[in-house]
Amino acid sequence: MNNKDLSASGLFVATFRRDLVLAFRRKSELVNPLIFFLMVITLFPIGVSPEPDFLAELAPGLLWVAALLATLLSMESLFKADFEDGSLEQLLLSPQPLFMVVLAKVSAHWLMSGLALTLVAPVLAVMLFLPFEGMPGLMLSLLLGTPTLSLIGAIGAALTVGLRRGGVLISLLVLPLYIPVLIFGSSAVQAAITGLPLGGYFALLGALLALALALAPLATGAALRISVSG
Amino acid sequence: MSAALLSARSLYCERDDRILFEGLDLNLSSGEILQIEGRNGSGKTTLLRILSGLSNHFEGELFWRGETMGEAKESFLAELVYIGHQPGVSDLLTAEENLKWHCALHPSLDASLIEYAINQVGLTGFEDVPAFQLSAGQKRRIALARLYMSNAQLWILDEPFTAIDKLGVAAKEDLMLKHLSKGGSVILTTHQDLSAHMPLRKLILGQSKEAQYIEQ
Repeated sequence: MNNKDLSASGLFVATFRRDLVLAFRRKSELVNPLIFFLMVITLFPIGVSPEPDFLAELAPGLLWVAALLATLLSMESLFKADFEDGSLEQLLLSPQPLFMVVLAKVSAHWLMSGLALTLVAPVLAVMLFLPFEGMPGLMLSLLLGTPTLSLIGAIGAALTVGLRRGGVLISLLVLPLYIPVLIFGSSAVQAAITGLPLGGYFALLGALLALALALAPLATGAALRISVSG
Repeated sequence: MSAALLSARSLYCERDDRILFEGLDLNLSSGEILQIEGRNGSGKTTLLRILSGLSNHFEGELFWRGETMGEAKESFLAELVYIGHQPGVSDLLTAEENLKWHCALHPSLDASLIEYAINQVGLTGFEDVPAFQLSAGQKRRIALARLYMSNAQLWILDEPFTAIDKLGVAAKEDLMLKHLSKGGSVILTTHQDLSAHMPLRKLILGQSKEAQYIEQ
């Protein structure tokens, strides 16, 4: 049993490392979500209004929507390459728990998308005149919310990996499940600006994350089996 | 029944309203090679995917060492090496990185043999080259290198010799013979003729929908 646990965690580390190496060698996919995030936030004031008060009011929702869409955009590539080169078949034929591999792949993906977005967000928030009091709320809500987005997105990515054009379908499948995260995430930023207590929002975001962490890898694994079997 | 390593009872599979095979029975004992033959599109790859447990689109039953596949899934997977149509080699990773990941996935592969395996498939000097810079045959060789590291009982190989040169094929045949002499078994598809001294059994998937065995 002990030995088995050891090899399962070894598998987690090996897969995590492999996916990071792959991400760094596939640079365009690495920067795509960040560029998208940056573009939305820079174009919005030009297109709507550069008025600081107006932008500050919109900033929490806008930042969250842009981060959510950037994550969604990056989901499609999560299993695509592995599906095409047959690595996914090998992964499904492993006697090791599929949960671990999926969790490792999603973690690596989140590090490259969600965490990167969280780190860039304060800079873009300044561009939108988000009051300084809102910054910790923004960072923390993104830090808690984006892993949930990645975990849920992985289910959609796994279901559509066998389809030629799965991108649109992922959005349809996954967006409804993203909405609670968006609501509590942007509300947390609003509350931070107005000085209201944040604990409740973070507790809810944390609960969503815990739920996704426990269930999404299982659903993703089942979805992968269906996609590869088809 | 008890002697059979892997057996299938009355397999039925259809694809796009076309019956690929029905009533297909199959027995594989240890120390045996089963070659699946048939024309393009006759369902060879489909059959291999069913046998390896990748595909669920079939009716019929599979047994591993006399147990149904549902019960024996884990021990079956632990003793299986499957090399599919797509070799499972990531283009952006080097041979060594690819094999390392496979070792983590499959405990039946011995990670300490990676260097030896790369050497055996003739990729020494290419260890640090990402697979997309290699030729199709060399990429295939990365996948086949797994066979040199494996102590799994059953090898399921889908067109393992595509793009492999003659010398390479001969080396893999020797490897298979060694695997058989240790009591292992192989199921493979290939359009190439295997050398005559292989103890071969053939399963021909034909248009008659009846599978046919030929003993050699």
